[in-house]
Amino acid sequence: MELELRGITKRFPGVVANDDVNLTVRTGEVLALVGENGAGKSTLMNIMYGLYHADEGEIVVDGTPQTFASPGDAIAAGIGMVHQHFMLVPVFTVAENVVLGVEPTGFLGRIERDEAHRQVAEISAQYGLDLDPEALVETLPVGIQQRIEILKVLFRNAEIVVFDEPTAVLTPQEIEEFFNIVDALKAAGKGIVFITHKLKEALRIADRISVLRRGKTVGSADPKEINEVQLAEMMVGRPVQLVVEKEHAEPGPATLSVDDLHVVTPEGRSVLDHISFDVRAGEIVGVAGVQGNGQTELVEALTGLRDPVSGTVTIDGSDITTATPREVHDARIAHIPEDRQRSGLVGAFSVAENMVLTSYASEPFSSGFLMNWSKAREVAAELVEQYDVRTPSIDTPASNLSGGNQQKVIVARELSRELRAVIASQPTRGVDVGSIEYIHAQIVKARDEGVAVLVVSTELDEVMALADRVVVMYRGRIVANLRRDETDHSEVGLFMAGAKEQQPA
Amino acid sequence: MGLVSAPVDEPSDTPSSADAERPQRGGPPPTSVGPGEEAYLGTLGFLEESPENKRRARNIGIAYLVAAVVCLVVFARGDGGVSTFGISDDSSFSVAGIPLAWFTAVTLAALGGAQIMRGTGKWTAAAASVAAILFVFTFMAWAAAGQSFSLTGTLQDALKAATPLVLGALAGIMCERSGIINIAIEGLLLSGAFTSALVGSLTNIWIGIVAAMIASCLLALLLAWLAIRFSVDQVIAGFAINFFVLGLTSFLDSRVLTRNPDYNSVKTIGDIEVPILSDIPFIGPILFEQSFYVYTALALVGIIGWALFRTKWGLRTRAVGEHPQAAGTLGVNVIRRRYYNLAMAGAIAGFGGSWWTADVGRFNENITNGRGFIALAVVIVGRWNPFGALLAALLFGFADALALKFSFLGTGIPSEFLEMAPFLVTLVVVASFGRGARPPKALGQPYEQQ
Repeated sequence: MELELRGITKRFPGVVANDDVNLTVRTGEVLALVGENGAGKSTLMNIMYGLYHADEGEIVVDGTPQTFASPGDAIAAGIGMVHQHFMLVPVFTVAENVVLGVEPTGFLGRIERDEAHRQVAEISAQYGLDLDPEALVETLPVGIQQRIEILKVLFRNAEIVVFDEPTAVLTPQEIEEFFNIVDALKAAGKGIVFITHKLKEALRIADRISVLRRGKTVGSADPKEINEVQLAEMMVGRPVQLVVEKEHAEPGPATLSVDDLHVVTPEGRSVLDHISFDVRAGEIVGVAGVQGNGQTELVEALTGLRDPVSGTVTIDGSDITTATPREVHDARIAHIPEDRQRSGLVGAFSVAENMVLTSYASEPFSSGFLMNWSKAREVAAELVEQYDVRTPSIDTPASNLSGGNQQKVIVARELSRELRAVIASQPTRGVDVGSIEYIHAQIVKARDEGVAVLVVSTELDEVMALADRVVVMYRGRIVANLRRDETDHSEVGLFMAGAKEQQPA
Repeated sequence: MGLVSAPVDEPSDTPSSADAERPQRGGPPPTSVGPGEEAYLGTLGFLEESPENKRRARNIGIAYLVAAVVCLVVFARGDGGVSTFGISDDSSFSVAGIPLAWFTAVTLAALGGAQIMRGTGKWTAAAASVAAILFVFTFMAWAAAGQSFSLTGTLQDALKAATPLVLGALAGIMCERSGIINIAIEGLLLSGAFTSALVGSLTNIWIGIVAAMIASCLLALLLAWLAIRFSVDQVIAGFAINFFVLGLTSFLDSRVLTRNPDYNSVKTIGDIEVPILSDIPFIGPILFEQSFYVYTALALVGIIGWALFRTKWGLRTRAVGEHPQAAGTLGVNVIRRRYYNLAMAGAIAGFGGSWWTADVGRFNENITNGRGFIALAVVIVGRWNPFGALLAALLFGFADALALKFSFLGTGIPSEFLEMAPFLVTLVVVASFGRGARPPKALGQPYEQQ
């Protein structure tokens, strides 16, 4: 089977997401589609899968133009999709998720459960997916959930399988297993489209690479003939710095100290299990871990959003364990939250208003009762200039900015004052490469000024690039505390997967 | 308000292509559930006592102690009469109120003490049930002191009073399982009651019932249209329908029905005695001397309960209510499924509304009198499960029947208080059992076909 996209154009209000895109994929090959966030990769795949409808252009299957009015049509044409955010019903079993929409039924629409289990188990065995049809999805790890998604696609006899950012939520070891599955699919004659912004992975697995930039196909490449730097340049459109440039750290005394911190949720789940570590002045500590292993709760406990059951947090010796967020801010600790739309910005507020969101109540922005807006606007304009925030004006609502520029507003607000510590959670999630470079540089700059920096990220590459010391979290515990220059990706990966634990020295 | 706001799980989060990167709040992407969530339990092997749990255990204990004090202060100070509980025409048993009150008070105090000292763990629910039954029985003995009280009759009335609640709740479940909040059960019941009375008077009750089903079905489709086509807030749309139906039926009642008594007079439907089965002592009269509404409601509980968890329709309905995007990407038509379910829910509620007409033979202004809201509480307490809803409805039906009985007995409890009782029970039950209930995840969130 051959699937061809010809001259696809898709416009959303204000943006052209896809502009005359051409793409071909055949069975038995792996095509990687790379591009930055917002380059139009997902839009293109949603068109291919019948979720969006192209304004122009056509989808051609084996020479015949097709119209996909809904995913049902795409499925019927032999196209399957594994979405970035898994499309699984958590309270259903594996088999229920797989057969949904194509249920084997008997009298009065009764689902033939045994038949469904048998079919699911059969395909699972055929591709080595090792899935239990009766397991409840919400109890399964992410890596396994992804295999359910793959099984769903195979169950519908897909010939072309589209993976949208499949490795974003996986541990390094799970990524290896995933690549093995991709190889098995390819060997079984399936065509694979692998959407990613991780260039290493594209180079590792693809037979061909197509590059998308600002909605346009800017070219294709043979992974055997191109290296990562060249590919990055194609993707971004200018030379890029892939490694964070930084001097050797010269850490001072411990600034931020966490001692025996224990946090329990209202449901009684222990999410931080007696953890201790220090962040020293002039040092970046990176917290690595698969999403959901207590990182969010750690940041909340440090920034005053969650009270621990026991343990202490101190900054330069003064206790801030039960401090409110305002007191944490006043202790000269900056917080870059993990979800900028939810807790970093007020989307409907202007850039200027967001810039003073933490300091509006104090001099010089407030005289105790009235806001001094002219001063606030003056400072905001300076910060926009200084931190390279690309915005039409400081009066533009923050929600109108791109992800990278929204993040820069937060970075500007948080880092533009005298600080003792920075707590940055997922500082570059969903941010374009150019902004990533810039934000990383700002974080390193803060370190060089003697600030204690804690960076929490589920992107292992980010932790490894920034950190002077790496702390690995697994199931609410710190399973390793390593010097960056004495460890590597694969060792940290093992700690992240819980396969290994550092013995206390 | 508590029971009204309870099903509104999360503020709806309008998905937009721009923030596809952002995990949906309260939304279902399993990635945010994380690998750890369940696994933590496995690793640590036990649940730690959180401050929340401790506080809860203590609060339950205090509730027991308060109940014990009520027993002593109120029930143990009655006039000391013996109350007689009839089981059938020729058998009954008697209970002396004061010793029973003392016994209950001591038991409750002991349970309360145990709960506060160290919690009752896995026995909490069982202990609560025993305590509740004992307390209610003591209350009955006190209120009926010196008189005789038909236990069979009360339970028969309880099942009867539970019937419209069951039907209303089934309508709610059909709706909410597919992801649309149904605050409008009250309005759907009321429109069913009115339509069946009017059409039933002009023709006969059976045609009236069909007309009621059609009328409420159309109203439910209006709710669906507002919620799906225009993404109107579903709570507000539901309330609007309630007030619209209340206003319209009151207006038509005073302008049309009151002036033309012929338009508001229906031959009621009598009870059907099931041969043989109704001769079983105690159980027989309660279960098998009832109207066809009771039998139909019980059958519907079984059918919908089976269909929801065993059939293709049920699987798709639940998928659409839990994670519509997942269903949509597999080619399930989310929007059509929601319209269908709302239409069926409307028909069931319309049938439920005709219960009043078939029972009393006429329509009165606001005849449903808030039962639709209790049905909503039944949905929550029954955890969106038809069988759970049946149990919850029986509880409320019992409170209803008891209130009715006591108003006849003339116990000195003000009738206003007795009328209030079912709602009071609703509040208490929802507050204590509603908290663990997990509504369908996508409840109230508009689905955007991309």
